[in-house]
Amino acid sequence: MLGLGADRLRADMNRLLALLFHQGVLDEQFLQLQQLQDETSPNFVYEVVTIFFNESEKLLRNLRELLLDKEFSDYKKIGIHLNQFMGSSSSIGAKRVRNVCVAFRAASEQNNRAGCLRALELLEHEYCYLKNKLHELFQIEQQRAMAAAVRYPIQD
Amino acid sequence: MARSNVFSRRQRPEKFEDLDPSLEVVEDLDPSPSMVESEGLHVLAVDDSLVDRKVIERLLKISSCKVTAVDSGRRALQFLGLDGENSVGLDGLKVNMVITDYCMPGMTGYELLKKIKESSTFREVPVVIMSSENVLARIDRCLEEGAEEFIVKPVKLSDVKRLKHNLTREEGQENEPRWSYKRKLQDGPSSLPSSPLSSSPSSSSTSTFTLSSPSSPESPSRRAKVASSE
Repeated sequence: MLGLGADRLRADMNRLLALLFHQGVLDEQFLQLQQLQDETSPNFVYEVVTIFFNESEKLLRNLRELLLDKEFSDYKKIGIHLNQFMGSSSSIGAKRVRNVCVAFRAASEQNNRAGCLRALELLEHEYCYLKNKLHELFQIEQQRAMAAAVRYPIQD
Repeated sequence: MARSNVFSRRQRPEKFEDLDPSLEVVEDLDPSPSMVESEGLHVLAVDDSLVDRKVIERLLKISSCKVTAVDSGRRALQFLGLDGENSVGLDGLKVNMVITDYCMPGMTGYELLKKIKESSTFREVPVVIMSSENVLARIDRCLEEGAEEFIVKPVKLSDVKRLKHNLTREEGQENEPRWSYKRKLQDGPSSLPSSPLSSSPSSSSTSTFTLSSPSSPESPSRRAKVASSE
């Protein structure tokens, strides 16, 4: 029974991944990360993505603080944050997040505050979606690993 | 249109096909103690992004390299003993390659590249620049300054495999001589063919021209000495 569960969960994972690829949420860099995961580093993807989440949330908070400040004028700082965000999102294969950052940066280079605010909202939305989906992915993976472990118990 | 994410000195149009005939090749029978086997390659990775550090570290480790990852150019110079403050002269320290991000607060990867190329101890160490931006002027500038390669992020396993392959490749293969050969020609004095790349700021006043990279692992190092008058 549980053996079937592991296989079905793996199918669920693949389906979710395929969907995220199809939507352009993830690109092949995410697959590259998966390739770097093995017995010597079995939680690599989870660890990198967790770091990415922590960094991203800090960046988003900073961006929001900057833009909502009445006396805001430091577009250069926005640019610096965005460069960081662009870099890390491309490193994990978060394609849509990265693309929004590009548009966001264009708005900041034009000193377009309204454009920046719109882009920030879109960025937060994309980031939330990505985070939820990746959490889902990790959950399925965790369940699959547990199910597979039970299927092959250690023999005494 | 095929889009390349890698720019290398080897791809540049200027090539040096002919050695100066005054060069004599001297076989070095005692391998230098600094030679390491490919499994023992030590790479210094520099990136202010924790995500990228984690990824590049993993890429390198999975390719059987030892890795030291630091978060700034300044830390990198400290590690190499080039920051002028503690010239600890770490003799045991051997770095076979530096891979650094371009955009970093404080010291950029470009500035770090320059400092490394200006140092007598580490100028022969290949420096690879990574950047999330594909800016031609930036790429050119880095290659001119002696960068081994310029890789547009995200860095992939195939990139690291290629870098490692280039580092450990034996000389005398049908491929052109190793990259350090080209770089060295920039530093050479007048006895070398005039180079379009001779705008290198780090001009050497010695007349020794090294053909091999110190990190050659398998073959005995071959050094070409300029027959110069002293």
